[in-house]
Amino acid sequence: MEEMLKTIDLWVTADDRQILKGVNFSIKYGEINILFGPNGAGKTSFMMTLMGFPKYKVEQGGIYFKGEDITDKDIYERARLGLGVSFQRPPTVRGVTLRKIIEIISNNGLNKERVIENVEKLNLSGHLDRGLNDGFSGGEMKRSELLQLVVQRPDMVLIDEPESGVDVENIALVGEAINSLLGRDRVKDHKRGAIIITHTGYILDFVNADKGYIIFDGRLVCGGNPRDILSEVKKHGYRRCAECR
Amino acid sequence: MSISTAYLSDIMQKAEKVKGKKATFGPDIDLSYYTQYIERGKIESMESLSQQAKEAAVMTGINIKEELRSGSYLQIDQSVVYESLNRAYEGQLEIMSTTDALNNYDWLENYFWKSVPVDQDKYTAQAALNMTHGYFIRVFPRQKPPYPVQSCLLVAENYVSQNVHNIIIVEEGAELQVITGCTLSKGDAEGIHLGISEFYVKKGGKLFFTMIHNWADNFHVRPRTAVTVEEDGSFVSNYVLLKPVKSIQAFPVAYLKGDRASAKFNTVVYGLKDSYIDLGSRIILEGENTRGESLARTIAADESIIYSRGDLMAETKGYCLAHLDCRGILFSNNAKIYAIPQLVSDGALKAELSHEASIGPIAEDQVEYLMSRGISREDAVSVITSGFLNLDIPFIPEFLDRNIKDVIKATAKEAL
Repeated sequence: MEEMLKTIDLWVTADDRQILKGVNFSIKYGEINILFGPNGAGKTSFMMTLMGFPKYKVEQGGIYFKGEDITDKDIYERARLGLGVSFQRPPTVRGVTLRKIIEIISNNGLNKERVIENVEKLNLSGHLDRGLNDGFSGGEMKRSELLQLVVQRPDMVLIDEPESGVDVENIALVGEAINSLLGRDRVKDHKRGAIIITHTGYILDFVNADKGYIIFDGRLVCGGNPRDILSEVKKHGYRRCAECR
Repeated sequence: MSISTAYLSDIMQKAEKVKGKKATFGPDIDLSYYTQYIERGKIESMESLSQQAKEAAVMTGINIKEELRSGSYLQIDQSVVYESLNRAYEGQLEIMSTTDALNNYDWLENYFWKSVPVDQDKYTAQAALNMTHGYFIRVFPRQKPPYPVQSCLLVAENYVSQNVHNIIIVEEGAELQVITGCTLSKGDAEGIHLGISEFYVKKGGKLFFTMIHNWADNFHVRPRTAVTVEEDGSFVSNYVLLKPVKSIQAFPVAYLKGDRASAKFNTVVYGLKDSYIDLGSRIILEGENTRGESLARTIAADESIIYSRGDLMAETKGYCLAHLDCRGILFSNNAKIYAIPQLVSDGALKAELSHEASIGPIAEDQVEYLMSRGISREDAVSVITSGFLNLDIPFIPEFLDRNIKDVIKATAKEAL
């Protein structure tokens, strides 16, 4: 199958610090990849660079999405091309309601019934008229992020730590919502690609991921079966990663 | 029977003495520049206004067809050109010019120049010495007309000083909504609007007052407003200014005299061009268990200067609760915002007063967040700006809420 997203020799700085050091990565259409790595290894920076956040400066290399060089494209252009992101800690936007943002994003033709169905499924009916993320709990933030992505309908989803700040009761809800967003809960549905960052690996109980990678010190150091990687990390932590550089 | 000549003469004498007295705040205006006087005849309906005047009125929330309105009052320059009361609500309220009311009711002495001091400054003096009408609205005890009264104070000519004196009386247990639009039918008009407003909310009454100001680059505005709220009464003010103005200075005050009285001021200001804007609100909590709230959202763009003031003054021996929330966004290197909250507790041992004031740019992380949903930078800024200015005002009539939101949206987009 063809590559949907790839990076070639990607070197990135943020706040004058070298964050990514020559990352070569690729993911095929409809694939789900998991990114593991210790704190500060560069996982979120990699995701933010893929999405085009200006804080992350590409010094060398390139990013290609659906065959197009997007290295110099603005955030919204990448989003319109089909990239979507679920933030670990999205900012609070007081005054702009979740309903408002859903209305704006859903201009892409998604029918109203489908939106309502997802609002209810994600238990967000009571949050529609509140400011975006204003006073939302960890679980509510994740659900709100997923709702926005359901409406946005990207081809490739970047999900940063879907379990963080979510209580045990809500993890299943979030996991199922991700599975549904990626089209994995119905055989016939369109399959979206995804890159998911996880610390705990809980998400693997819900999402049948294809590959896993470890990012360590700004480098992609190894790849393989995500469950095998998780099991290795659980046993030995990331100590051995230094040896794989 | 009209109010006594002795009372009027006393007012005039006091005004005469302060004709040159500068106001505490705001640039000093030479009033001798504005001497144009235009007498206009009555019109049959608001529909017979010129297209330009109609458009200006509509932008301030006025419904030309008078649908969903209990009554209307329209003044152009110095003349009252239209007054009407929806027949369905006769007996519930009355609307007339303040001049007529002063001629009809001797008891108006108890209200006229009783809340706003005539000797406050040269502008109150001018409004007393050269009063050019203004509206008088009284809703009778326990009456609750379902639709708002609309009043439009329009200036159509250059060098006019429109000196209106407005009085609203909400009698015991009554409720009233008022929409006032103050505007110009000529975008380049030079002139001044002096508006004295004295509102009285009696025991258990409710007054919901919305004012939209649409002025222009060469126009000065000096409103002087005081509201007296009795026991269990409540007053809500929504003020919106989204167009440039040469200078405006106002500091309306609500006196919560009765126990359990409440007042809330919502202020939305968008400073454009070289507008000089000095606005605020003062709530004086005199009764026990009184409550006050003042919310202000200001944006300063271009070379505008905005003073956003808020005073909460507790004077009750009992409990009272009041909060100020004043936030500003600066859009330009050449703009300036002064946020000036002040809390005063004068021997009010049980008073709880608080404030929150902030000035900052539109947060870049918020803009980028919206962009990550496929929204362009320009649209993201516009959405955030509109959201910032859209105060969540409870009980605001839907059409008015929509109107304000539309104006904010258009302004936010225009200003980019």
